Amino acid sequence: MSVALIGSRIASNVRTQVAGAAGAAGPRSTERGLCGAASAVTASVADPVPGDATHPSGVRQYPDQAVNKGKKPKLYKGREPIYPRRVHGRFRTLKWVIMALSLTIYYATPWIRFDRGPYAPDQAVLVDLANRRFYFLWIEIWPQEFFYVAGLLIMAGIGLFLVTSAVGRAWCGYACPQTVWTDLFIWIERLVIGDRNARIKLDQSPFSARKARLKITVHAIWLVIAVATGGAWIFYFADAPTLLGQFVRGQAPATAYVTVAVLTFTTYTLGGLMREQVCTYMCPWPRIQAAMMDEKSLTVTYNDWRGEPRSRHAKRMEREGKAVGDCIDCNACVAVCPTGIDIRDGQQLPCITCALCIDACDDVMTKIGKPRGLISYTTLQDFAANTARAAAEGMEAAKASQVLPGWREVMRPRVFVYFVLWSAIGIAMVIAVLARDRLDLSVAHDRNPRFVQLSDGSVRNGYTVKIMNMEPEPREFDFGLEGLPGGLMWSPNIVEEPARRFAVPVGPDQVREFRVFVKADPMDLAGDTVPFTFRTFDIGGREKTATETVFDTPERD
Amino acid sequence: MKPNGNPVDEVTGTETTGHSWDGIEELNNPLPRWWLYLFYATIVWALVYWVLYPSWPLLTRGTAGLLGWSSRADVEAEITRVSATRAELDDRLAGLSFEEINADPALADYAQRSGASAFKIACVQCHGSDAQGSQKFGYANLSDDDWLWGGTLDDIYFTITHGIRNEQDPDARFSEMPAYGALEMLTRAEIRDVANTVRSLSGLEHDEAAAERGRETFEIQCAACHGMEGEGSQDLGAPALDDAIWLYGSDLEQIIAQISNPRMGVMPPWGQFFSEADRKKLAIYVHNLGGGQ
Repeated sequence: MSVALIGSRIASNVRTQVAGAAGAAGPRSTERGLCGAASAVTASVADPVPGDATHPSGVRQYPDQAVNKGKKPKLYKGREPIYPRRVHGRFRTLKWVIMALSLTIYYATPWIRFDRGPYAPDQAVLVDLANRRFYFLWIEIWPQEFFYVAGLLIMAGIGLFLVTSAVGRAWCGYACPQTVWTDLFIWIERLVIGDRNARIKLDQSPFSARKARLKITVHAIWLVIAVATGGAWIFYFADAPTLLGQFVRGQAPATAYVTVAVLTFTTYTLGGLMREQVCTYMCPWPRIQAAMMDEKSLTVTYNDWRGEPRSRHAKRMEREGKAVGDCIDCNACVAVCPTGIDIRDGQQLPCITCALCIDACDDVMTKIGKPRGLISYTTLQDFAANTARAAAEGMEAAKASQVLPGWREVMRPRVFVYFVLWSAIGIAMVIAVLARDRLDLSVAHDRNPRFVQLSDGSVRNGYTVKIMNMEPEPREFDFGLEGLPGGLMWSPNIVEEPARRFAVPVGPDQVREFRVFVKADPMDLAGDTVPFTFRTFDIGGREKTATETVFDTPERD
Repeated sequence: MKPNGNPVDEVTGTETTGHSWDGIEELNNPLPRWWLYLFYATIVWALVYWVLYPSWPLLTRGTAGLLGWSSRADVEAEITRVSATRAELDDRLAGLSFEEINADPALADYAQRSGASAFKIACVQCHGSDAQGSQKFGYANLSDDDWLWGGTLDDIYFTITHGIRNEQDPDARFSEMPAYGALEMLTRAEIRDVANTVRSLSGLEHDEAAAERGRETFEIQCAACHGMEGEGSQDLGAPALDDAIWLYGSDLEQIIAQISNPRMGVMPPWGQFFSEADRKKLAIYVHNLGGGQ
């Protein structure tokens, strides 16, 4: 239906909009596609709009063409610059708050100190790759406990399912780093150059000193932010103040510089230059998300049953006795969209449900004295119900019932299943962390040889023992053998004299590996292979552990 | 609106490719420009790679590439690099005494690990991968606490360097047990009696009367090397007869065979094949097997 064509912006500074309207308000099918609003309807607007025009009602018009309008296919297509306009409203405020929070957490976390005593680093969150330790507040993760991190990743995955099934692509619209940094970069543009119109004007103006100055300023600030982004990342992997000093003096490891360089490049390119292209072409999540959503998930929706037929000349049309919808076709929703789409065309892949169009439209509706919510968060189920009602009983009936979806609608079994799964893993991890041992003993019995005959008739077996002291303080452990009659043991470098037990000091947060030789007289033993136990306990502490192993002797006739 | 003659999707106004799967049609959207440029970049990359690296397969071999790179050269360089590192450590090992080596844990650890691999090259053929030797052939067990020629680091080092009873090295450890049976120095009965005496020394089951009879013969013929109580002598390489370890077996018949026509093992002089550093590594490894004195 939409037959709008647009001339190349670069070729001619004057954008001509030739909109031939075919059946402005034809019957709309609600069955087609995921969303009934997919059937785009363009009002007949014959007059070209050279710049911002003003609606008879006093509302400014934002001439713009959405990127998702049909065009003649080419082999490839350059990025069409998108100049999101400034917007005020509750969702914009929410986005600012989330941006401030997430950026603060990201940049500040490595600088939080946490006292773990003299033998452990005092950084609250530290991924110590060199020593293979991960510190998170009072929790210290060893490599063999990495399943906690795997658990966190699983929780993040299920959490994403949970959020998506409940409130749609909230992650994309508010918390995704791509969204946050793009938003930040757009804000920088607005601070330096100005809002949408100023940016369009600057891009279309010929080269000048002012243009160069503004552009360089914007890109310089972007680069500074990009460097800071990469810079903050490396502080998670080393003591932040030390590393900062080394980094500035040029003494940091090459990895640090490479990491900063790579993250600077990606932040600058993805956040500054590619922006919505990342969401549209690169990100896999929009492709997967459809599986998480159903008719009861919240999505940003243009309520076309109320808005259509849209008209920029509503009063004239009304005077002429023609039916008009609430949409005055001011294009504000398109102008503010960071991915440059027209939400009135229905649900589509590039929509990150950031709801800035809702803010923009609510603003306009308030100004022209109509109820808010022409674009709103709603579920497909509500949308269909409202559409049916509008068709059967008239638009007013639908309008009366047009409310935000209730929590019952969102909190459906699917969401509960995700929530139960998510919290079960969380609770299991908390219990596991609280109950885990900070002392571990592992024993490997020599296989080659299994035993050695000694000159006095006794038999010697060799073992490799590891005692792990997972506390950040030195501890002394009593290491002994139990259940082997007449068995004695010694260990080179620790105890030369055979004994039943000896003390093993282990440094803070360290593994001590040592060889243990055990000898016993086969005559004292019942059988060729005798099970016995190595046990160890923390002298002066309460932790103890034991490992069962075997003592081998030659086969007897 | 139909540039290629394919149907146009009503919702997006985009031409489709004309393909349809289960009623789902594919929109013929253009590629993003950056994607196309990346694609061109990969082609350029491939061309450059073709020229710089060995890649063009020819009939018998491939092109060498302008950089002259080869995985073989990489391995060679790596081996050279590792050898250079080891040469330094080996020089230090050769110049230091065993006490000095053991005082440096890192160096001792290197010697121990390096010795383990040298052992696998030169020693396992006789002494076994578990260093347990072989009673059948009389290869000594190197991990127990019984030593024929001494179990200190210096003793082990000397044995490794010069070997035992070989003719290539004049300093080789040497001793010979007379063949009491083959040379008819003792009668069969005397030999059986002495064998019983030997078994009695280590508390093994024996004929009391025979042992008593053989005691005098033992003191005259055997005690000179093996000691009055069969305690053996590490200076002469005479095995202790009073313990639980037997080079050729503790059965009466095995002992009789050993007295009548003794077998004596030979070990090559590794000093002629291994550097001083390597022999020190081997000595340290063998000493650490658990029985070193």
